[in-house]
Parts: sequence; structure tokens; C-alpha cells
Amino acid sequence: MRPRLDSPKAGEITEDAVYQRRREFMRRAGLFVATSAAWGTGLVALSGRGEADPPKPPPPLPKTPLLRVAERGKYVLDEPSTPYESITTYNNYYELGVSKSAPARSGDRLRTRPWTVSVEGEVAKPQTLDIDTILGWFGLEERVYRMRCVEAWSMVIPWLGFPLGDLLKRLEPTSRAKYVEVTTLLDPGQLPGQNDDVLPWPYVEGLRMDEAMNPLAFMAVGLYGRPLPGQNGAPLRLVVPWKYGFKGGKSIVRIRLTEEQPVTTWNRVAPNEYGFYANVNPLVDHPRWSQATERRIGEVTRRDTLPYNGYAKYVAHLYTGMDLRRYF
Amino acid sequence: MATAPRRHSAPLAWLVPAVLTGSAAPFVLLSFRAATGRLGANPIATALNQLGLLALVFLVACLACTPAKILFGVAWPIRIRKTLGLLAFSTACLHFLLYVVVDQGLRLGTVLNDVVKRPFIAVGFTALVLLVPLAATSTREALTRLGFKRWKRLHRLVYAVAVLAGIHFRMRVKADAREPFVWLAIIAALLLVRVVDGFRGGASARRKRSALAES
Repeated sequence: MRPRLDSPKAGEITEDAVYQRRREFMRRAGLFVATSAAWGTGLVALSGRGEADPPKPPPPLPKTPLLRVAERGKYVLDEPSTPYESITTYNNYYELGVSKSAPARSGDRLRTRPWTVSVEGEVAKPQTLDIDTILGWFGLEERVYRMRCVEAWSMVIPWLGFPLGDLLKRLEPTSRAKYVEVTTLLDPGQLPGQNDDVLPWPYVEGLRMDEAMNPLAFMAVGLYGRPLPGQNGAPLRLVVPWKYGFKGGKSIVRIRLTEEQPVTTWNRVAPNEYGFYANVNPLVDHPRWSQATERRIGEVTRRDTLPYNGYAKYVAHLYTGMDLRRYF
Repeated sequence: MATAPRRHSAPLAWLVPAVLTGSAAPFVLLSFRAATGRLGANPIATALNQLGLLALVFLVACLACTPAKILFGVAWPIRIRKTLGLLAFSTACLHFLLYVVVDQGLRLGTVLNDVVKRPFIAVGFTALVLLVPLAATSTREALTRLGFKRWKRLHRLVYAVAVLAGIHFRMRVKADAREPFVWLAIIAALLLVRVVDGFRGGASARRKRSALAES
């Protein structure tokens, strides 16, 4: 009998035990790779997102500048300005998402034209104003201000805009006007964060009249010589450099002058943590963290926080005789 | 004449190395992002947040091992419980070191002040301190030295650690507390499984306990 040509010789057949070991090795190697890959992917998915997501690139400079620098303001710091990319990709605007990078991702949902601002309360003539009407009243100036977030990080931001006091004078406050209240747009279509009730919407902020008339109080419409991006509060936002950043109401649609102190959003949500005044004060800590130091975005070492964010000589007189631990 | 293959090592010998390898992924990614400037405008805060959350994930995974056995009768998670616990401890240490060395720039006075006065830091620090005796007694020798009963009682501390870690997370958040509450709910559910199982108490539970002792 001839052996079949296609069957190997007996000596060439892999021993069964070796064959089985190889199979077992391959099986375990497969399980090892699959398990480590699944576990690693799961860990990255659970912990590796948030601020690390690459944000959309900032909007390009328009070919014909929408904003002109009429006057280079006197309020310019010798500290280096925070890069445009950081200012536009790392900030809080809960209406566009609660993480620091979310606002940059959905900031372009905001349609800033047409845009009107309703002027209400203790003014000579309550009215609804078009944003371009307001812009036509003032030459724009650049103000390079420190911005100190209540979360203990800070930036230096070259804003473009006009003094809030100039706007208020034009609106002719009555003698009963003691406070200014600004309200952010309420529109979950454009501000999808308003679909979540993390805060009572719309966002409301306010100032005492003498604070609002202080030359430092500012209405910003631009940033680094460009129109304000949606995530930074386009088309009109409040900037109060000696107070924590949350005082700066964004995307303002209503300005109301009142006799009573406005009910402001963070103060209403957590009155023991966020005061109405919210002046930057290294001596009065947030109940959960210290306000003595801050991280300037782009720097590694923390720096000391300055009273009134370094603007004490312009604004400290507004609070003489006030207990700053009580009115924090 | 098929003979069963001789096994030179336990069938699950690949499991712990696989968990360790997978666990390296978030650290490799974080280091890569840090080195290439991809952690956003505030990289220190981002790294702190990611390490803290990662430590919590390891801790919760570690806590889920015994309930998995109670609920589904699977024994293999017990084999990775110690590894997960030590990963949680190491990651929490890295999280704390990043805070002390980089975030606070080794200003130990400020750190001490934070630990004593700031409830947010104090809670996180307490959780880390409570993990130390657990990590120190993670060896078989320590278990033998203590005796299983005392070892087990000591290691129940891990639930206190998890609750503190969840509260620490909640206190860090300004307004949107949904994510920390999800973690706290998971921790509570895992604890509930243990409590209910403890009350049922009978022979089955004792058998499970002895099985645990062997692993």
C-alpha cells in the first residue's frame, strides 16, 4: 500500500500537547489584549475628556474690521495679555455648557444680529435699542484688564468697548435709580445650556449705581480688536475688573435700573458662597477654597491675589465703612 | 488519543497583567497631552481633575468586585481587587503630589492651611490618609499577621474613603453636581449590596466569606 502523497510523514506532525499549548497561549494572548484594550479605553473615556478636547479654532479676523479702535485707553496694564486662544477657549458660560471648553465649541450658535437691548425701570424713557444704535453712540476704546475668576484663575484681557457710565448717562436715570441690573438672553435654541437647570435662567447680574458709574466699569463688544466671540458674551457684555468674573453678565438683552438691589443669579443660588458685591478680596475666602492666590492662565507658579484685583486706588473708596467680610 | 494540555500557569494568569496594561493607557495619554500642550489653557487644573477622577474610577471598580461576586456569582473580579485598590491609591497619591508640588508650588504653609481650613481639601486629604493603612496591609503577609477578621474590618474603611472621595468631587464643582452625584449613587448602591448580603447572613454568606478568604 502506498502512503497518500498529501499526508505528511508521521515525524512532521506537531505533537498534540505542543499544539494544544500553542492554542492555549493564543487564547490567553487574545484575552490579554482584548481585556487591556477594553479596560484602557474605558478608563480614558471616563477620565480623559473635558478640558482636553481640542476646541474649534478661533474665528478668523474679518477682512473689513467691524470695530475700530477710536482711542487707546489709559487703562492698559504692563502685564502681558493672555493669548487670544486661551481667552476664547477657556471660560465659564454655563448657557453654552458647564465645562471650560464647552462654550468655545458652541459659541457660534449665538446669532448676534439683529440684537436689541431693552432699557427698563428707573429711566427717563424706557425703550428698546438696537445694538448698532448703541454702538453708534460711542467710540470704542481698548481696555486691558485683569480678569479674576472666583475659581482662583486669572487672565489679562484686551477688551474693546465703552464705559458703562457713558451708556447709563445717555439712558437718563431717574433720581430713584440706585442699582443697575443686566440680564442675559434667554433662548435655549442659541444657548443650549439653558435646557439644563443648573442655574435659574436667565442669568442676572447687577451693580450699585455708584459702582456702575465708576470709570472702570465697562461694556465690552470686542476682544483683541475683533468682535466678541459668542462664548465670551457677544454682542454686549459687562466687565467689572475689580470684581470676580461672574459679575460680568454676558449677551445682554435687558438693562434695568432699580431702586432695590437686584436678585443676582449666583447670590440667589448660593448666598453663603457668592455675595452681591463679589469684590476680589484675598482676605475673604470662598467657603470651599482659598482666594489668597490665583493661577494666571499660561503660568505655572501661583501669584498672590490683589485686593480689588489690583484696582484698589480706583474703587476702594466706594466701600469705605463697609464690613467687607459681611458684604463679600 | 487526545490528552488534556498541561497548564503551566493558572488559567487567569493573564488577568492582572491585562488590567495593569490597560490602566497605563490614561497615564500615557495624559503625559502625551501634557508634553504636547494639549491639555487646554489651564493644563494643571485639567491634569488634577483627570487624575482625581481616575483615582475615583479605580476605587469604585475595586469596590464593585465583591458585589459582582454576590450578585452574579463570578469569582474572577476578586483576583483584580487588590490591583485596583493599589492603582486607586497610587493615582490618588499622584493627584495629591501634583496639587502640592505643581499647583501650590511646594508652598507647604498654604497646603497645610488648605488641609486644615478648606473643607474641600480636608475631605480629599482625609480620604487619601485613610487609604494608607489599606495599601500598607495589602500583602498576604499582612493579612496573615492581622488575621482575616481584623483585616476585613480594617478594609471596610474603603467605603468611607469612597464616600469622602465622592464628596470631595461634589465640593469642587460650582453648580453642576450631576456627575459627582452619579458616582455617589454608584458607591451607595455597591454599599447597599454588601449591607443586604450581610443581613441575609446565613450559610451562603459564610460560604462566600470563606471563598473570599481563599482568594
